[in-house]
Amino acid sequence: MKKKAFIPFVTLSTAALFTLAACGSNDGEEASAGNSGNSGNENTEGSNAEAEQEDVTIDFMHLWPEGSSPDHHRIVEDIITDFEEMHPHVTVELEVLENEQYKNKLQVVSSSNQLPDVGMTWPAGFLEPYVNGELFTPLDDVLEDGMRDDFVAGTLDAYSVEDQTYALPLELNIAPVFYNTAIFEENGVEVPETYDELLEVIDTLDENGVTPIALGNRDRWTGSLWYMYLADRIGGPDALNSAIDRSGSFEDERLVDAAANIQEMVDHNAFVSGFNGLSDQEAKSEFMNGNAAMYLIGSWDLPNYTTNEEIPQEFRDSIDFFKFPEVEGGDGDIDSWVGGPGVGLFVSEDSDVKEESKAFVKHFTEEWGKRSVEDAGVIPGTQVNTEEVDLPDLFIDVLDDLNNASNITLFADVQMSSSVAETHLNMIQSLFGEEVTPEEFAETHEEALQEDE
Amino acid sequence: MNQIMSDKRVIALYTLPALLLILVLIYVPIVLTGYYGLMDWDGIGAMTFVGLENYAALITDGMFWSSAYHSLLLALFSVGSLVLYLAVSLVLSSNMKGADLFRKIYLIPMLLSSVAIAQLWMRIYHPTNGVMNRFLTTIGIENPPLWLSDTSIVLFAIFIPIIWQYAGFYIIIYYAALKNVPKELEEAAKIDGATPVQIAYKIKLPLIAGVIKVTIVLAVIGSLKYFDLIYVMTDGGPNGASEVMASYMYKLAFRTNDFGYGSAVGFFLLVLILIVTYLIRKATTSKEDEVQY
Repeated sequence: MKKKAFIPFVTLSTAALFTLAACGSNDGEEASAGNSGNSGNENTEGSNAEAEQEDVTIDFMHLWPEGSSPDHHRIVEDIITDFEEMHPHVTVELEVLENEQYKNKLQVVSSSNQLPDVGMTWPAGFLEPYVNGELFTPLDDVLEDGMRDDFVAGTLDAYSVEDQTYALPLELNIAPVFYNTAIFEENGVEVPETYDELLEVIDTLDENGVTPIALGNRDRWTGSLWYMYLADRIGGPDALNSAIDRSGSFEDERLVDAAANIQEMVDHNAFVSGFNGLSDQEAKSEFMNGNAAMYLIGSWDLPNYTTNEEIPQEFRDSIDFFKFPEVEGGDGDIDSWVGGPGVGLFVSEDSDVKEESKAFVKHFTEEWGKRSVEDAGVIPGTQVNTEEVDLPDLFIDVLDDLNNASNITLFADVQMSSSVAETHLNMIQSLFGEEVTPEEFAETHEEALQEDE
Repeated sequence: MNQIMSDKRVIALYTLPALLLILVLIYVPIVLTGYYGLMDWDGIGAMTFVGLENYAALITDGMFWSSAYHSLLLALFSVGSLVLYLAVSLVLSSNMKGADLFRKIYLIPMLLSSVAIAQLWMRIYHPTNGVMNRFLTTIGIENPPLWLSDTSIVLFAIFIPIIWQYAGFYIIIYYAALKNVPKELEEAAKIDGATPVQIAYKIKLPLIAGVIKVTIVLAVIGSLKYFDLIYVMTDGGPNGASEVMASYMYKLAFRTNDFGYGSAVGFFLLVLILIVTYLIRKATTSKEDEVQY
């Protein structure tokens, strides 16, 4: 009896081994099939006699799962179906992962040179290591036939390294201050136009027992938005940018003042209690429940205040936005925004189907530009003609403001190298938590930036 | 059967698959981690050999030492809580009424994934809506602690759910060991007039000493490499106040693209765990009845 039991065990374990081995060799076959497909396509002299038009597969990895981003997911599916109909010999194979997992996976596959043919990347600091490692291919040839002009001015720059563009942006976001008009009315406060007025609004709300501002600073970049705006309004668009690109210093008085203003706001009880331990989602729910009056976040949140049917109409109707107030005596102006491009599409340098992939990226970006605003509430990297689209007023207002923006300051943590960004984000938490002085805040940044040079 | 089992070639054949898997999936990555620790590498581009530079940098890295300190604190805390688990198990195993029900209650957290536990406790700790602060305000405490955003208490606020999470695991181990203690010894002691405390202290505990040793080692190792709850609940923040070695390693490698340095931290962590395990064994090993692990 016992003896018999051992036979399946041996069979099983050997089978397991063979399966493992088979997986390995399968990969190899796939890769070589891809290779021959490519050579067959570009070069008809290829020894492959049966080539009609070689079937090729584009591996495409994106980060909008059906569950968490159904609208995005659906548009992607539609665009792929379109593309496959236009190019019958091309199949697009999908891999869909959540944001964090996506980032991790991208890094892991890139270290073993197995990037998908097409994938999504973030701009600037995120993109640079991949470009330096020669993993992304330049896409300037895709932009040549006039496509370059379709993009909102400056967005492509965020994906460029040394004058070459390595990804095409799909999203562009600016950060307005959303506010609850009903709460403002009840408490008799008006939209603030200056920082001092903002403090007054905060005081009034606080005295009336309303949380003035929802802020989930566990995520840290949320607090960074407040700091960036104050830095922009006090120092103008250049103060922060030049500190980061090292033509200036973080110990610039204006940047220190911005940090001091943050702590002044904290002292005025501006932010929801326990903000440093709350995630952005948790803080947002305070705003969505009508417990907090203001919420500074990227325009990606617009659908929640316009089209999202899951949120009560009454609430959506009560939400408006204002531009971040000016600081009296500051160098910045009110039409300057903090924001930046979100994800963009890259083509892998090692792709076996580069030409098809480039065609796919081009098609995708164009279609996305046409559909994403109306269907998913995404502001694309390409320009949107607000007269042509049918959108809620709030949305149109943001798009118009975006078209009239005097400047868009790229999110600080995106501008910085990842190690400096980590320091910045940690210091943001300490600044809001009043564990450092504004001077120490500036000093630590300066040290990290110098070390990184 | 016995003939087959004593054939060395057969033994080799049977153990080979598992051995190969362990080699490829565990030992090779360990060696590679140590190797990457010698590199300046962003995890993406080309590697540059920098020798022991990364390991040397660890010495002056304040954030590393504070995360190491937090990990050691967690280890101490976990070992301390073993006393609590043991006490509970002693009570449960002493034929008390409803012991079965309580055993199940303690076991339930083990059925939840760490992420679910983290979500649950984040709600409990919520600064205004959380059960904890609601309770504290109703009993008249005006400014209850901001559990997860106050840098001075965040670490302990996280330790509590960790203790809660592992209670069932250790209680089951102790419970099983205590049930194996021969009844006759206890009865003989009772006849001699020993109190329950004396029985526990003089008879039960010495008899399960081996198991206790194992749990100490498990608790220490588990604490030093602890990651998940902290990652979900605070992400090591605010400003590193709840950072532990594993979460710091993760951040270095995957957030700041400092793969070489992250690997160095990982390798240090491994060495530290080996040393600590060795020390604990040294300190607790007695000549007789040693439990091997």
